[in-house]
Amino acid sequence: MSAIALEGVRKSFGTHEVLRGIDLGLEEHEVVCLIGASGSGKSTLLRCVNLLEPLDAGRILLHGEEITRRGVDVNRIRQRIGIVFQAFNLFPHMTVLRNVTLGPRNALKLPREEAEGRALHLLERFGLADKRNDYPDRLSGGQQQRVAIVRALAMRPELMLLDEVTSALDPELVGEVLEVIRELADGGMTMLIATHEMSFARDIANRVCFLDAGRILEEGPPNEIFQHPHEPRTRQFLERIIQAGRL
Amino acid sequence: MASEGDRRPDLEVEPRRSRLLEGLRFEGEGARGVVIALASTVVFLTAVVVAVTQSPGWPEVHRVFFGWHDITSSFPEIARAFVLNVKVFLVCEVFILVFALLIAVLRSLPGPVFFPLRALAIIYADLARGVPTILVIALLGFGAPALQLSGVPTSRVFWAGVGLVLIYSGYVAEVYRAGIESVHPSQEAAARSLGLSRVQALRSVILPQAIRRVIPPLLNDFIGLQKDTALVGTLGVVEAFNQSQIDANATFTFGSYLAAAVLFVAITIPLARFTDWLIVRDRRRRQAAGVVG
Repeated sequence: MSAIALEGVRKSFGTHEVLRGIDLGLEEHEVVCLIGASGSGKSTLLRCVNLLEPLDAGRILLHGEEITRRGVDVNRIRQRIGIVFQAFNLFPHMTVLRNVTLGPRNALKLPREEAEGRALHLLERFGLADKRNDYPDRLSGGQQQRVAIVRALAMRPELMLLDEVTSALDPELVGEVLEVIRELADGGMTMLIATHEMSFARDIANRVCFLDAGRILEEGPPNEIFQHPHEPRTRQFLERIIQAGRL
Repeated sequence: MASEGDRRPDLEVEPRRSRLLEGLRFEGEGARGVVIALASTVVFLTAVVVAVTQSPGWPEVHRVFFGWHDITSSFPEIARAFVLNVKVFLVCEVFILVFALLIAVLRSLPGPVFFPLRALAIIYADLARGVPTILVIALLGFGAPALQLSGVPTSRVFWAGVGLVLIYSGYVAEVYRAGIESVHPSQEAAARSLGLSRVQALRSVILPQAIRRVIPPLLNDFIGLQKDTALVGTLGVVEAFNQSQIDANATFTFGSYLAAAVLFVAITIPLARFTDWLIVRDRRRRQAAGVVG
């Protein structure tokens, strides 16, 4: 059974069809990277999986359970799926510790001590324990994004969705965030990652999917996609990336 | 979102002077600036005083409005009556804060299901801001007790308070709404993505940020409310304004009005300065923090 499976997922904004029939499955512990130009539908796809956007057609199954059926408790589903955004989206009026404990305390109804214990453990693991009483605006971008990852992890999700999590960072801060993601992959976390970091994708992904105009045009092991792409569109995209010095 | 590189220098932004000092700021430097400011103030005030006191009607105005004895003798009674204004102000303020928040939240509910509630909230805010306060107070203050319904209070002060709450909630709801809309949708998305319900996201993430941003305009509305407590007097209830009218009618002088004005100002000016201070502090914090989305 797939950890997550998308079947014929379609999504339009107005008259613009952003996702035009996506079929995609991730096995447990699998890391799949979504690559593709801006506007190819990567972010929308991740937001659909987190049920932040309702589907127009198709369905999504989380460990075999259809999460897009009518009447499903979206709050309970979202507790099981972590998402990290490009712009961090930390809560600016809360300390790092409260950012991380908000979900466990409110959604999971954990007692305060337990939620804080869990949060401190994670913050420690990712070198952020000394920042626990700081407000987000006192942290660097890299630190903020790591806190955002910890905030999602504190819910102990079955699946993590990462939406271009390094795109808003200064180049020298990208490494520390990628390091965290690598550690998660090593720990067996199932992850669906939208990214522009091609060398990182090649490095970390079990499978790479090339999205083009709302469809998965090509997918396969990273070496195959990056070295022997079959589709002309994929080749074109990768050539442009190489020209930009990103691969 | 400012990155680290362009945020750090902001930390060194010099703390601004308070709005009070900013308003009174004089160009020029140091002692010389102070001397010039003082001299020009003295010249200006002297000119005003001379112009007013040389006017033909001044002796009469002076006797009627500025009789020291009239002011001081009416002051204790007016001050006692003023306690009612303060009470009305404080009690109404609490209800306004709660009621207006409810209206604002209703108005911010998304989706077609909540359309009736949204429409209701919009109609309410439009009406509350469209009808003169004095009319609402007269309608409720004279009308509601006249119904003689059992269980319904007949106190005019009570109904005047209800009127103030209804009217001011319209304004304050709009202030809240502006605050709620100023919180970026990505904040709600982040909260919901953790599995928080809409109500939990509103309570823990959206409202705390929204309210913090609108505290200065909220206080502005309360300065207005404090003044409008004088409208309770139109129902014949003895509060500061009414008491000063009574005194004025008894002595045929208006010194008592001045005494009442002093009392109102004694409360509204500190409130206004406090509001300014909050605005300055807020601006300073935002500058120190960089722009956080």
